[in-house]
Amino acid sequence: MQKNTRTLLTGLLAAAFITTPAWGQQKVKIGFISTFSGPGGVIGTDMRNSVELALDHLGRKVGGLDAEIIYGDDQQKPDVGKQVSDEMVKKHQVNFVAGIIWSNVMLAVAPSVTQAGTFMIGTNAGPHQLAGEGCNEMFFTTSWQNDQTPEAMGKYMQDAGINDVYIMAPNYAAGKDMLTGFKRTFKGRIAGEVYTTVNQPDYQAELAQLRAKNPKAVFVFYPGGMGINFLKQYSEAGLRGQFPLYSVYTVDELTIPAVKHAALGQLETRYWSQDLKNEANVKFVGDYRKKYGGKTPSFYGAQSYDGIMLIDSAVRGVKGNLADKKGMIATMRKADYKSTRGKYSYGHNHFPIQNFYLLKAVAGPATASDPVMEVQKTVFANYKDSYGKDCKMKW
Amino acid sequence: MNLVLVAEQTLNGLQLGVMLFLLAAGLTLVFGIMNLVNLAHGALYMVGAYLTTWFYQNTGSFALAVALGLAGTLVVGIVVELVALRTLYERDHLDQVLATFGLILFFNELVAILWGRSAIYSTLPPYLSGHVELFGTMRYPLYRLVIIGIGMAVAVLLWFVVSRTRLGMLIRAGASNRAMVAALGVDIRLLYTIVFGFGAALAGLAGLLAGPIFAVQPGMGELILIQVFVVIVIGGIGSIRGAFAGALIVGMVDTMGRAFLKPVLSALISPAAGDAAGPALASMLIYLLMAAVLAFRPEGLFPSRGS
Repeated sequence: MQKNTRTLLTGLLAAAFITTPAWGQQKVKIGFISTFSGPGGVIGTDMRNSVELALDHLGRKVGGLDAEIIYGDDQQKPDVGKQVSDEMVKKHQVNFVAGIIWSNVMLAVAPSVTQAGTFMIGTNAGPHQLAGEGCNEMFFTTSWQNDQTPEAMGKYMQDAGINDVYIMAPNYAAGKDMLTGFKRTFKGRIAGEVYTTVNQPDYQAELAQLRAKNPKAVFVFYPGGMGINFLKQYSEAGLRGQFPLYSVYTVDELTIPAVKHAALGQLETRYWSQDLKNEANVKFVGDYRKKYGGKTPSFYGAQSYDGIMLIDSAVRGVKGNLADKKGMIATMRKADYKSTRGKYSYGHNHFPIQNFYLLKAVAGPATASDPVMEVQKTVFANYKDSYGKDCKMKW
Repeated sequence: MNLVLVAEQTLNGLQLGVMLFLLAAGLTLVFGIMNLVNLAHGALYMVGAYLTTWFYQNTGSFALAVALGLAGTLVVGIVVELVALRTLYERDHLDQVLATFGLILFFNELVAILWGRSAIYSTLPPYLSGHVELFGTMRYPLYRLVIIGIGMAVAVLLWFVVSRTRLGMLIRAGASNRAMVAALGVDIRLLYTIVFGFGAALAGLAGLLAGPIFAVQPGMGELILIQVFVVIVIGGIGSIRGAFAGALIVGMVDTMGRAFLKPVLSALISPAAGDAAGPALASMLIYLLMAAVLAFRPEGLFPSRGS
């Protein structure tokens, strides 16, 4: 009897040893959630393209393991995003959930993913809640905290001595963060602060109010299709020459093809630009153009590419042992991978400490080509977000 | 100064109103006469915008592109009616909603395949992109005035067709009592195809007018369709008059709410209240109006007679 037990135990031990090398055949499962339908679909497509390019660059493996990537469409709705992420965590049992464009979707998704003990790697939305009290060791982002980019623009406009600025954003989590951030560094007079309905197609009424206030300059945040509508109508209303327009996340590689000259001269702040000359970025932008018919990637794509690279570094750091979550957290905190923005580090709330640049839409290389975004100068070097002090996490 | 602003916002409200009217006219006729809930109406608006933008890029003539875009949307509308919607008239509304929702997905994917997911470049011809001086100090975009003019002209034309021609008589009769019209020997199927085709062309017209100033992208129709349904509920289903009144009311209320609700609330209650409640309330205003209409006049402000 005892002998039998011993045999059984030996067998069990042997079996355990046999399964150990099987870590090598284990799969990394990544659930990538973005908006693939509706007006936001263009952003999701750019993200997916960049994820696929990252996998190409990694030889279709992540951290040396076979990778399976499952895409999910949140339709730009928090409830749908939550549903999709629940399915990924419970049914597909993914190791990482990544992606998410919209802050309101992120606020619905991130807590439930991290509570389930699954990593959440944000590749765009950076709502302040997740940088402050709601920070979590299972949450990392390869993007930024919402307030940072407008803080950079506020700083630039403040330094340029611009006063009397009229500010506008859509009425949702990120819109509020953006204007809050702007007001944190811009100390001049705010001529008006306007929140519009999300995905509202027509801004004519708001533009008439704006003109009546006669500000010195205008600052807006209108991502994706909203930006296209806004820029077209701003130009059509003849405001372009009247009130200089400054923006964040409004003019980018995805909206420029739809507005062309209406974007020329536009100033934006951003942590990344297609013309940053580090090795990873040159490879990313060049190969993206090759793979996707000459299209230029956007920062949405760069962050998503980085997201996969960060996951790759995490899995590599624990030698493929996906059960070692502590080890992966420790690795990711080093941000030890070749990022498209160049070297950066993580704050204790898992948000990047990184540079922010002033970008300008300038005429493209050929006469017929679209305007391109180029770095003008560095506004903030190694810049930290303003909410880390509320984050209790220590390491 | 303030009066000029009010005048300008009135024009803006009017412009949004006629845009909604172009969409609502087709939708309300299709619902009133054919008893068909057509969620895909916004898809036809998108088709109009895409076709016209594409023709404009390839022909270089905006006028020609408008003509081709209109004709194209008319053809697409007729084909959709013949192929898909014909089989749905006798089914209940839930089936129609499902089927026309399917059409939305179909058309959104189709334009994404043909033109890509990104918004395509569209612009105004130079002769329409200037400004007009009004009331001395106000500069109003010429193109917005053109939209108002076209919308008004279409409204007059529709009124004439519906109330003064034989076709209009049949349309009104169809809205009141379909069975009787069929019993009197009118080819109701042909009438349906014509009505749907023209409804589609009107949606296409709204779309092609929107093209140069809005983002031309997959799903653009759904953003405006909800407001159009509000218009129809307020105006009364199946009634062109109702659609016109409803569209102008919704256009005005929405524009005025967005422009003046926040300053008015700030002045009346407190700036904090204006900041907090203004934007939220402004975006709810037309739905509150709809709820009020449904509560006090469920058949709408101008219901079609006899239905």
